[in-house]
Amino acid sequence: MSEVLLAAENVTKQFPGVLANDDVSIRLRPGRILALLGENGAGKSTLVNVLFGMYRPDSGQVVIKDETVDLHGPDDAISRGIGMVHQHFQLVPPMRVVENIVLGDEPTKRGLVDLDEARNRVVELSERYGLEIDPDALVEDLPVGMQQRVEILKALYRNADVLIMDEPTGVLTPQEADHLLGVLRELTETGLGIVFITHKLREVLAIADDIVVLRNGKVVGETTPSQTSESGLAEMMVGRSVVLQVEKSVATPGDVVLKVNELEVNDDRGQIALDGLNFEVRAGEILGVAGVEGNGQRELVEAITGLRHPSVGVMEIDGEQLTSGSPRQITKKGVAHIPEDREKHGVVAVYSVAENSILNRYHRRPFSIRGILRRDVIRGHAQDVVDEFDVRTPNVLVPASSLSGGNKQKLIVGREFSDEIKLLIAAQPTRGIDIGAIEFIHRRILEQRDKGTAVLLVSAELDEILGLSDRIAVLYDGKIMDVIDAQDADREKIGLLMAGITD
Amino acid sequence: MSRSILRTVAIPLVAVVLGLLIGAVLILSQNASPSTAYTALLVGGLGDADAVLRTLQKATPLIFGGLAVAFAFKAGMFNIGGQGQLLIGAVFAAGVGFGIDGLPMVIHLPLALLAGAIGGAIWGGLAGTLKATTGAHEVIVTIMLNFVAGNLTDWLSANPWKDNSGNNIVARTPLVEDSATIPTLGAVPVGFLLAVAAAATCWLVLERTTYGFEVRSVGHNRNAARYSGIKVGWIMGSTMAVAGMLAALGGAVESLGVDGRFEAGVNVGLGFEGITIALLARANPLGVIPAALLVGLMEAGASRMQFKAGVAPELIDVIQALILFFVAAPIIIRWLLRMREDTSEQLQLGAGWGKS
Repeated sequence: MSEVLLAAENVTKQFPGVLANDDVSIRLRPGRILALLGENGAGKSTLVNVLFGMYRPDSGQVVIKDETVDLHGPDDAISRGIGMVHQHFQLVPPMRVVENIVLGDEPTKRGLVDLDEARNRVVELSERYGLEIDPDALVEDLPVGMQQRVEILKALYRNADVLIMDEPTGVLTPQEADHLLGVLRELTETGLGIVFITHKLREVLAIADDIVVLRNGKVVGETTPSQTSESGLAEMMVGRSVVLQVEKSVATPGDVVLKVNELEVNDDRGQIALDGLNFEVRAGEILGVAGVEGNGQRELVEAITGLRHPSVGVMEIDGEQLTSGSPRQITKKGVAHIPEDREKHGVVAVYSVAENSILNRYHRRPFSIRGILRRDVIRGHAQDVVDEFDVRTPNVLVPASSLSGGNKQKLIVGREFSDEIKLLIAAQPTRGIDIGAIEFIHRRILEQRDKGTAVLLVSAELDEILGLSDRIAVLYDGKIMDVIDAQDADREKIGLLMAGITD
Repeated sequence: MSRSILRTVAIPLVAVVLGLLIGAVLILSQNASPSTAYTALLVGGLGDADAVLRTLQKATPLIFGGLAVAFAFKAGMFNIGGQGQLLIGAVFAAGVGFGIDGLPMVIHLPLALLAGAIGGAIWGGLAGTLKATTGAHEVIVTIMLNFVAGNLTDWLSANPWKDNSGNNIVARTPLVEDSATIPTLGAVPVGFLLAVAAAATCWLVLERTTYGFEVRSVGHNRNAARYSGIKVGWIMGSTMAVAGMLAALGGAVESLGVDGRFEAGVNVGLGFEGITIALLARANPLGVIPAALLVGLMEAGASRMQFKAGVAPELIDVIQALILFFVAAPIIIRWLLRMREDTSEQLQLGAGWGKS
């Protein structure tokens, strides 16, 4: 067996204006799990794409099974035994499991696909690795965890000795994630090596044999779980000490601000997405909505902010019935909205920072008077937001597209918090941004709560829900499974509810 | 700032130079002298007061037409209906121009222009409203409305509004009253001044008003516009109405300032040139003015070029097409100038398909 399964040696990759990988070396040995940790933009994806043959390094080399190779594309990497499971699955939903697994490498008989042979091979494979699956099930009928298993089998079918897993737990419930970690551990016992990319510190400590931390394209640390801790890893990622868990005081809830009664909302295809929701949020408290994505969170946020009209039910904000109100009527009531998809709803990319800072306020004084925009006032306001919310930008006239994700998010938060607000709807407020910015935004959300704002926090990150919420509602299949006090909540309990299991 | 302006004008400018250079090669291939031909073109378009008047007259409907495309584009809509909107504006302005007499000019002329403008606003607004309410694609609707407008104006000028003086057999309206005729100040037709004022107004509205902010927001990111409380449907309907009004004013100025009447078939194709102008101006309302002047100059000087240098006037169309080609395929010019990809807004011919 080879000494080194997969390695990057002094890989440097330059993109216009960015040194994405700067003399990076990593080394994966058989039977081991290497965790690649780093913030967005640290160079994880670039490195993995170099290893998988998508990019060619400017200098340095890739070693596969003790042999220096020159990869010309992913096919090259696959034929050398490198398998990759992407964060977004590359499956054909209406096709069967077996068809998905052999797709592109089908066994044939007289020029036709030999499905029987394919099925035999898949069954054999799943038995050998203990990855049980029904080969004839349609992929679209499978839960996400099973779909991921199909992806893993796809790689194993192509005789992979190395699995590269890109953020594999992002779409899973905590239990599914734990299960996956167990499966990966078992896989390594056959000699397989795994590169595990993540930003979740707990998983790294739970599963990795070796840890490599990247920052700004450079390797800034190599360690093992026994030598470090969550805060140690976070410090390496960010380059300074960070607070992972923002301190918070006990909430002092006041009057009901948001009240939702028997709310029914359809999704884009006209299917029921929210099925008779009842809950309320009081001034000065944070109600966290936990749940695996796609269980109605988006529709809930859109219904409350006026972007989607409920088919049944009543929504009241501050005692006023606003079901099917327009976004503007709702904003006018003192509702701020941090949207889930900042590129789609939160900013206009070609607009300047200044224009984005008044995106939903342009029609009000002092930003405009009788329909004329007041550019000096707008720029001054934008400068205030930039200063107060630590938006890193050369000035307020550059387009928002030039800001990093975290800075865009701070700009949105700054814009939404620049008025007196009664109700804050925060949907995935820290998605895809760096730890420093997460800490900052968490503090600001708690500050709002302490000022007496009612906060509805919708997040797929369980840590965020547990860290910020005063009460937690778990959404599963369009229904609230239960609402529990934050003191009584733990990962296990919420995880079960997220999977739709009540005892 | 000045650098970004430079970058913005670099591509159209280089496109013009390249178009003229290739045009020179074509002129040589006809055994004519490019310098004689281009000199004749310049003299024909700028040589004396008459030439200047001709250039400005040609440029006027082009400015309006270019604005009609550029304004709609700011809201993310592609207005192919300039031709129909122009015809509607031309026929209604002429209708009021000859149909009413005894009014003083200060009332009659604005009234005639207004009639044309309202007609165009309805014509354009129809397409925008259909898009907002039913999702019907504005490209399809405006193209179809072009045919409707063509047939409607043919019928009006051949039947109820036909000029029955003498033995006229042509489908045309009577001449408009003097009180509805747009005057000329020396070499400058007043219609041209109107067009320049319209361009400046468009720019001001788009850049400095809340309405313009709404229009641009819808154009750049419809979802974010909805998020920010903008009524997207209203913006679609109203910008297309404004666009239709602008194209129609071009037609009205033709009827009231150049032809003196509406005549079926005279303005055919003029409305489509607005797309050329808007592309050349990269959808900037102020850029529309130089773009229209350039094309207007070439059209005004074409016959002198043919007469003096013996070059077929169609060459002008070829040069225009070449310039457009280079503007629409800026990658060639970027390569020539070693310019980096710019992410600024551009008018793309394919814009809107499949992403409504």
